[in-house]
Amino acid sequence: MQRKVHVRTTINNQAVEFLCEPRQSLLECLRDIVGLTGTKEGCNDGNCGSCTVVLDDRIVTSCLVLGVEAEGRKITTIEGIAAGNQLHRLQQAFLTNAALQCGICTPGFIVAAKALLDSEPNPDEERIRLWLAGNLCRCTGYDKIVRAVSECAREAKA
Amino acid sequence: MSMPTYKVIGTRPVRHDGADKVTGRAIYGADVQLAGMLHGYVLRSPHAHARILRIDTGKAQAFPGVMAVVTADDFPRTPDRIVDLGEGETPLSCVRGNMLARGKVLYRGHAIAAVAAVNMHVAEEAASLIEVDYEPLACALTAPDAMRADAPVIHGSLRMKELGAPTDTPGNVAEHFRHVKGDIEKGFAEADLIVEREFDTATVHQGYIEPQNATALWNNDGRVLIWCSTQGAFVVRDVTACVLDLPVSQVKVTPTEIGGGFGGKIPVYLEPVAAMLSKKTGRPVKIVMSRKDVFEATGPTPGSHMKVKIGARKDGRITAAQAYLAFEAGAYPGAMVGPAGMTVFAAYDLEHVTIDGYDVVVNKPSTAAYRAPGAPNAAFATESVVDELAQKLGIDPIEFRLKNAAKEGTRRADGPKFRKIGCVEVLEAMKNSPHYKTPLQGPNRGRGVALGFWFNVGLPSSCTISVNSDGTVNLVEGSTDIGGTRTSIAMQAAEVLGIAAEAVQPTVVDTDSVGFTAVTGGSRTTFATGWAAYEAAQDVMRQLKERAAKLWETEAAGVEAAGGVFRSGDRSMSFAELAARLGETGGPVVGRGAVNPRGVGGSFAGSIADVEVDPETGKTTILRFTCVQDAGKAIHPSYVEGQMQGGSVQGIGWALNEEYWMSEQGAMMNSSLLDYRMPTSLDLPMIETCIVEVPNPGHPFGVRGVGEANIVPPAAAVANAVCHAAGVRLFRLPMNPPAIMEALWKPGGKSSQLVPRNP
Ligand code: FES
Ligand code: FES
Repeated sequence: MQRKVHVRTTINNQAVEFLCEPRQSLLECLRDIVGLTGTKEGCNDGNCGSCTVVLDDRIVTSCLVLGVEAEGRKITTIEGIAAGNQLHRLQQAFLTNAALQCGICTPGFIVAAKALLDSEPNPDEERIRLWLAGNLCRCTGYDKIVRAVSECAREAKA
Repeated sequence: MSMPTYKVIGTRPVRHDGADKVTGRAIYGADVQLAGMLHGYVLRSPHAHARILRIDTGKAQAFPGVMAVVTADDFPRTPDRIVDLGEGETPLSCVRGNMLARGKVLYRGHAIAAVAAVNMHVAEEAASLIEVDYEPLACALTAPDAMRADAPVIHGSLRMKELGAPTDTPGNVAEHFRHVKGDIEKGFAEADLIVEREFDTATVHQGYIEPQNATALWNNDGRVLIWCSTQGAFVVRDVTACVLDLPVSQVKVTPTEIGGGFGGKIPVYLEPVAAMLSKKTGRPVKIVMSRKDVFEATGPTPGSHMKVKIGARKDGRITAAQAYLAFEAGAYPGAMVGPAGMTVFAAYDLEHVTIDGYDVVVNKPSTAAYRAPGAPNAAFATESVVDELAQKLGIDPIEFRLKNAAKEGTRRADGPKFRKIGCVEVLEAMKNSPHYKTPLQGPNRGRGVALGFWFNVGLPSSCTISVNSDGTVNLVEGSTDIGGTRTSIAMQAAEVLGIAAEAVQPTVVDTDSVGFTAVTGGSRTTFATGWAAYEAAQDVMRQLKERAAKLWETEAAGVEAAGGVFRSGDRSMSFAELAARLGETGGPVVGRGAVNPRGVGGSFAGSIADVEVDPETGKTTILRFTCVQDAGKAIHPSYVEGQMQGGSVQGIGWALNEEYWMSEQGAMMNSSLLDYRMPTSLDLPMIETCIVEVPNPGHPFGVRGVGEANIVPPAAAVANAVCHAAGVRLFRLPMNPPAIMEALWKPGGKSSQLVPRNP
């Protein structure tokens, strides 16, 4: 078995330390070592977006990042999107717009959409569709997801 | 008849499991963590068809960190028998053989052995040390190839069932069936115009985002405990018990949240294997498939080869229709050709029909149901021919369909007679939709329509409801929730109880904790488990009336209840007030509902597609898309729309992109989500929806079930739109850019008809 590496990082604004093998992906570390299973695995090769997290200020597919690369960096996962008991308005919009069916893609979509709205408060439909094209959803046909994100973009405008 | 008015049904409450699913708290199968848990890995065949000469697991067993290895030899070899797989019956030998190969591998990806180790990397490394000697055999990959006289025989023991009777005919055809109505020759003789075409559709996958997974613990008391994401916990229980040769009561299945299924999470692949690894190690074992395994070893839906011939008179009336359907079952018999035969002409009221269906085994993964299984293939063929007839006769395609539409009393060629159905209503709604009324303009553009039918299923469901002292109730049910069914079931209970949807707390429980409940599939969950909830709520109301009568010292028969208020004479009491007084009137109130409903109502759906075909690349863009569907009664309209949109988009993917690219040796060349390209948000417009409500007389609220019919017509509608845009008709799915370019540029193609992008 490989020798483990000590990683010091910040996850959802909390200092976290863990031990991992050099070959373990950040996704695996988050889920199996840190116990944050809200980030999902759909493909493990960067093509579905279910494992999307924010690393410093960029969204990444955590299955394509190594756990050891988290050293000294800041990670936001789906578990860090709500403010305590208060759902983020995107989470609320997903609920009121019925933007999830099975919900396996939802954490990735919410993390990705929040990153969009954080950097561009008023994206139009085309921009939202382009931004979310790296996140696959097999259940919804994307209609209600795009509507939920658009609603938040409109709120930001108002 | 005026529609009844409802207080809860038809509203759009937030789903009960919503908060858990937007915060990442919901526990899906792969999220299960148990103390001391080991990880399993399944070794799979690199060959599509080969004899297994030797398996040596010695080196893997000795690898540090490995706790156990299993092969087919570790499983009991009980005599073969027929088992119920949830949506059909199959021999135990096939289920067992698909789980771990014995003697031969029948497709690339076929499981050979499984390893349990301290982590998944160690398990995977160890699996690579298992030595397997194969004798590769020639393979047959499509139905026409496998039906040839000189085709390699996949199952030496297979004998064809011919028109319902066993025969001695060996080969790869498991069954040939025929449905006949009227006199087909007479019908074609009456036609002014006959169109006959051949169609092929590629193998496609359900494409759920969550891979299959299973965690099992063979407990020290002999019971097998399983956690997995499945469409049917009771199916997993029963199949696992069968394979392990245990009584069903020795297996307990806890269904976790499930990340999509579409039919593909009905079959059992991993659970018994994880259980056997657990038995050998004394520890819980979790196995999660990779995406490659999902493509190579689960699902897909059959590829098909079809011929459809339809004759019509000048006035647009169809005189005869004939279909030949050959479907690929994959490695084991059971292609969804039966449902294809039931649906191929079901949308039309026809006098003379013949339908021939062939279930053909090939060296591909054993196929599974995929949303209205078989029907989209069949509709692609029928609706393309119908479109061509309408076009040649100069009749509007919706008018043409209206002239021939099935209605109450129409008898299908496979036997059943329709009760009240919404076929005409769906067509009228298509005709009157904002989409159809808006003319499509611009070069290289075309509009296509198509119609589809799915019969839906009933099957058993159970439910209990217990009343809380604060005026809410707890609802316990056994249908895993893939798309908001906790809420659509709870809403039906709330309607009966006269309380808010939010006052019902629905929970999906394990197989020890609720009565038998069949799969979440066949569009049955809101219909059948909703009905069980309706019965349970009625039971609660009967008991509550008795309690009110006790308090008021009157007869229960004199107590009335409406809108959450109990009344007798001038006395009244709210549901909550009565709920607070159960202790003093006899104790807890628990209602039960257990049903096996017969009154299934089939659903019709129509698609309207506007497309633009790029003449330089052959790429098709969906400009506008509308789905119309008869829901019977839409319990939660947002989630009904969601089903319609999701099914439409899966159909669009099927039409334009999705396909198993197979090498000649039977290897899937595109087994990743990059190369097996499902639609992304950028590929699509908003999907317009129109819910039609023709109540199903066989359900207390008129529910039909909405999960499936929506995927039936889209591929045909897109094909018809491509034909009107590009001037060439395609007879094979998917209609990807190379296929469209080939059709445009072949002699007699219409490349000149398209307007260049940059003239
Ligand atoms: S799991 Fe990382 S992109 Fe699919
Ligand atoms: S809701 Fe199921 S994959 Fe998106």
